[in-house]
Amino acid sequence: MTPNGWLQILVFWAAVLLVTKPMGLYILRVYDGSLRWLGPVERAIYRWCGVDPAEDQHWTRYAAGLLVFSAASMLATYVALRLQAHLPLNPFHRVAVTDRQAFETAASFTTNTNWQSYSGETVMSYLSQMMQLAFHNFTSAASGMAAAMALARGLSRRSAGRIGNVWTDLVRGTLYLFLPFSFVLALLFVQQGVIQNFHPYVTATTLEGAKQVLAMGPVASQEAIKQLGTNGGGFFNANAAHPFENPTPWTNLLSMLAIFLVPAGLTYTFGRMVKNQKHGWALWAAMFVLFAAGVTTAYWAEARGNPIHAARGVNVVASAGNPGGNMEGKEVRFGIANSALYATVTTDASCGAVNAMHDSFTPLGGLVPLVNIQLGELIFGGVGSGLYGMLVMAVLTVFIAGLMVGRTPEYLGKKIQSREVRMAMLYVLIFPAVILLFTAVSAVLPAGLKGLGNGGPHGLSEILYAFTSVTGNNGSAFAGLTGTTYYYNTMLGLGTLFGRFAMMVPALALAGFLSERRIVPASAGTFPVTSPLFVALLIGVILIVGALTFFPALSLGPVVEHLLMGAGRLF
Amino acid sequence: MAPVKRPLFDPPIVRRAVRDSLRKLDPRHMVRNPVMFVVLVGSVLTTLVLVRDVAEGRTAIGFTLQIALWLWFTVVFANFAEAMAEGRGKAQADTLRRSRSQTLAKRLRDAGDRGSAQTVGAAELRRGDVVLCEPGDLVPGDGEVIEGVASVDESAITGESAPVIRESGGDRSAVTGGTRVLSDWLVVRITANPGETFLDRMIGLVEGAKRQKTPNEIALIILLSGLTIVFLLAVVTLQPFAIYSGGAVSIPILVALLVCLIPTTIGGLLSAIGIAGMDRMIQHNVIAMSGRAVEAAGDVDTLLLDKTGTITLGNRQAVAFIPGEGVAAPALADAAQLASLADETPEGRSIVVLAKSGYGLREREITGLGASFIPFSAQTRLSGVNFDGRRIRKGASDAIEAFVSEQGGSTPPGIRASVEAIAREGGTPLVVAEGARALGVIHLKDIVKGGIRERFAELRRMGIKTVMITGDNPLTAAAVAAEAGVDDFLAQARPEDKMALIKREQAGGRLVAMTGDGTNDAPALAQADVAVAMNTGTQAAKEAGNLIDLDSNPTKLIEVVEIGKQLLITRGALTTFSIANDVAKYFAIIPAMFLATYPALQALNVMRLHSAQSAILSAVVFNALIIVALIPLALRGVRWRPAPAAVILRRNLWLYGVGGILIPFAGIKLLDVLITFLHLA
Repeated sequence: MTPNGWLQILVFWAAVLLVTKPMGLYILRVYDGSLRWLGPVERAIYRWCGVDPAEDQHWTRYAAGLLVFSAASMLATYVALRLQAHLPLNPFHRVAVTDRQAFETAASFTTNTNWQSYSGETVMSYLSQMMQLAFHNFTSAASGMAAAMALARGLSRRSAGRIGNVWTDLVRGTLYLFLPFSFVLALLFVQQGVIQNFHPYVTATTLEGAKQVLAMGPVASQEAIKQLGTNGGGFFNANAAHPFENPTPWTNLLSMLAIFLVPAGLTYTFGRMVKNQKHGWALWAAMFVLFAAGVTTAYWAEARGNPIHAARGVNVVASAGNPGGNMEGKEVRFGIANSALYATVTTDASCGAVNAMHDSFTPLGGLVPLVNIQLGELIFGGVGSGLYGMLVMAVLTVFIAGLMVGRTPEYLGKKIQSREVRMAMLYVLIFPAVILLFTAVSAVLPAGLKGLGNGGPHGLSEILYAFTSVTGNNGSAFAGLTGTTYYYNTMLGLGTLFGRFAMMVPALALAGFLSERRIVPASAGTFPVTSPLFVALLIGVILIVGALTFFPALSLGPVVEHLLMGAGRLF
Repeated sequence: MAPVKRPLFDPPIVRRAVRDSLRKLDPRHMVRNPVMFVVLVGSVLTTLVLVRDVAEGRTAIGFTLQIALWLWFTVVFANFAEAMAEGRGKAQADTLRRSRSQTLAKRLRDAGDRGSAQTVGAAELRRGDVVLCEPGDLVPGDGEVIEGVASVDESAITGESAPVIRESGGDRSAVTGGTRVLSDWLVVRITANPGETFLDRMIGLVEGAKRQKTPNEIALIILLSGLTIVFLLAVVTLQPFAIYSGGAVSIPILVALLVCLIPTTIGGLLSAIGIAGMDRMIQHNVIAMSGRAVEAAGDVDTLLLDKTGTITLGNRQAVAFIPGEGVAAPALADAAQLASLADETPEGRSIVVLAKSGYGLREREITGLGASFIPFSAQTRLSGVNFDGRRIRKGASDAIEAFVSEQGGSTPPGIRASVEAIAREGGTPLVVAEGARALGVIHLKDIVKGGIRERFAELRRMGIKTVMITGDNPLTAAAVAAEAGVDDFLAQARPEDKMALIKREQAGGRLVAMTGDGTNDAPALAQADVAVAMNTGTQAAKEAGNLIDLDSNPTKLIEVVEIGKQLLITRGALTTFSIANDVAKYFAIIPAMFLATYPALQALNVMRLHSAQSAILSAVVFNALIIVALIPLALRGVRWRPAPAAVILRRNLWLYGVGGILIPFAGIKLLDVLITFLHLA
């Protein structure tokens, strides 16, 4: 680890802290309807879709709206990918995407996962990239935000199960939040050298005299929303490690900041909505502590490098001319600190963009992204989904520990009783259930084992990472696992759907139930949700509920791999 | 029912609990507790593996045998905890039942004719029957006195040996089956059928026979079941991972891991905690009509406390004589004492006592004075005495003013000023006059109970608001409220004002607790979230309350709240402890499971446990023994002192959260040393 590396990390931490409040206030205005500068467009959309923007919907109607919208857009994408050969903007005559891959891709983009088992530059037409995939980048982000706002409303008011209007939430999130911010960010990216064109691919001659085809395309526009919406699906297969997607340290910093921008701001928005700004910051603090711990571990593990290399005489100590540590799978222009930071940010926030190959990290360095996702994608988390995941955890924390102050548990004045606990537990249960069951089946079925790039504990890590990534709607790949088989396309596609909707619906139900409860005013006898003690407790519950579930699986994967590396064995 | 202090492990109760804990192994009973049901299934599964091993003639069965045994112990220990908690109640119920011994009743064929009595068994009485109770008779059932006045010994129910008066009409008309008439007679209309009487209900409640799970308990069971499913998944999927890694794990070891991970500690003790909470109420002589009431008591935000009897000693007392101009203080005291000699009210007695202690005036023998007494009446609002031509009166200032002017005198301004000063301080002024002359003022004052101010300060720190309810005028009420340190008061309170206050608090999201005894309290009691009815109160009040205080001591409301809080804290502490325990158990079992496949995992064996078998066995044994070790805590409740939530939380988190993580590391290591020493594994 170097002072320079730490300085870059600290700059990023400071930036996250600085953007939280202004962003939070902006998001508040987006969703409370006070922003109106696109009013005519907004009203035209409502009129055209036959939506009554004033309707306050019951949670069941709200959830049904989200599900129907997602199902319809997923189907549209599936059809478009299958028919891409007959659609315009296809200069390279890409053929239809295979059925299994089209299903997986449609599911993956609808669920804000953006797990890609294809190489964008060889499989997708420009139209597919722009109309279908970029469309989902916006709407899946907006739907995550909608669910988060719904839960925040359920906690902040008493309204007999009514939690807002799903259509206005989707429209306003897209119009006022994601479109304008993406537009500005795309321009910044272009200024830094990210490409944005419809050119045919360029053939270049390398220094060694070899011919190389350079893929082109409208990259910057997609890149912006990929980060802002914590989508993560790259235009190119190499994702943000590709110099046309992420050319400079500045684009790298902007990308990471764009990933945390909305999720961090949301904690402030939430504090405002429930009229307890300190609690908003407490949630932020819990997220930040987990994030900082992850970065530190990953940076330490990667900077330390591989002891086996060191034993063979490779110089792993950082110096002016040597990045040191483990540079396998990393871009030289980012180095170790920025690769470790990016890996932590992208997995904390359910984004899944990568600027280095997580598969090539040291076992402990690779454990960090894995654990980040397994904790439930709530360390800032996906746009919206991070907040509602965190709120579910807060509900559980208050329920488990709240009794210890001698009152039946209440969260922000709302009593937590069996209906609420049932939904929170359902939310918490589905996640490990999908990951562990799918991984377990794949670890013994021949179809599952066929796709492995490596054996031993590293192979298990690869399968575990893949299902963790899709179920957590992260979408980053550990790589090493060949996902383009009928088996994996289907299973991973299903994983994304379960991980999104089987968790979102309980969260919305929770929102509805909470909105039916009256708000008990806080007193000296109320469980404190603003103190450092609460932050510590929340972190403890997240670790125990999240980590304990996966501890057995992890100990047979990355943990034992790390220990074996110490003993001189690699996989 | 006298509160019997029993030792925690009373031998007869323990004997019965041991029997019951085996009887509770019935799967139909076990299935009501999902966590322990999973342990039961695990025990059966392990036993089946053991049987198979024996049948196949394997020799190394010692380990599986021990695991199976300890799994069974885990289930039995949990049952034992529940049986212990129930056992204490059952022992109390037996005492109650004895007082319900075959009672005979004198049923009246004609309610108006006491000569029409006919002896029948108490069991034959139905609601609406009218019975006669004479000295020495046990009241045959719950009822309402419709005629007569009698003193009744209620010690069988309340434990209070002093007899109480029961009479027709008013708030003292309710009688309870099983109590004994000591003098005079009563005609009682029976209000409950056999099996539905207060005594029957009490027996049922004390025994826990009709105990229903409370809302928080249900929610907690959902959480625990959810965690059980999560860990079930973690363990079930471990086998495929193990197979992938090249070393399948045996069934007993997987079961051992599962049982160690699921929250058996709280799962096993949960119902015991709930029963023990109701039991603690009973020890305070409060009968909870439902577990829900005990739980709600912990949640109370606002306490409505009647001034008289709760905050102040029953009555006002004279504290000073303030003479008018030209009157000597001893003369005033003398007149005041004379006027009060026949006044048997506590206020009157206190005037006599003050004159005696302050001015050395002996109480005179009233019959010797040949005096005639003027009793207090609602019309004149004064009382006094006439003798030797002297006409001495005491009463409210306006009443005395009228009396004095009637005699041709007038009240001097100095006395008026004193009256106003006393009223301003919240006291009650009584003016004394002789003939046409007003002599001075007696200052009567509410005496706030000692220590009550500190109790209210404690409550405030706990975030509980206290509201004093009184029929006094706002001035008096404010003075007493300030002295007692309550947060708020309701003066000149009528029943409907009380009701409105409760509804207003509840609309603000607050839970309200109150006590009451009169029939006109019944609607408010029914509306309040925690309603403690005095046992001396009317049947209507008792039916509206969800807690009944057998001692009829309104101050007990505060203890009720504390017991409720203690119950909830105990539940939370053991839940936290149980979940925190998992960390150490993982570090014991996971390395042990896969040591053969990956020797490198020895690095995770942070406790340096001796061998794989000893590690797993130690974890299972610890898991079983911790249930037994915590039974006293579950039954007694965790210790706590009133403090703000943040302080209580910090303390309990250290104790049960951090302690819950650390203690099993030490415990498992210790057991491992012991097991290795004894060559058990």
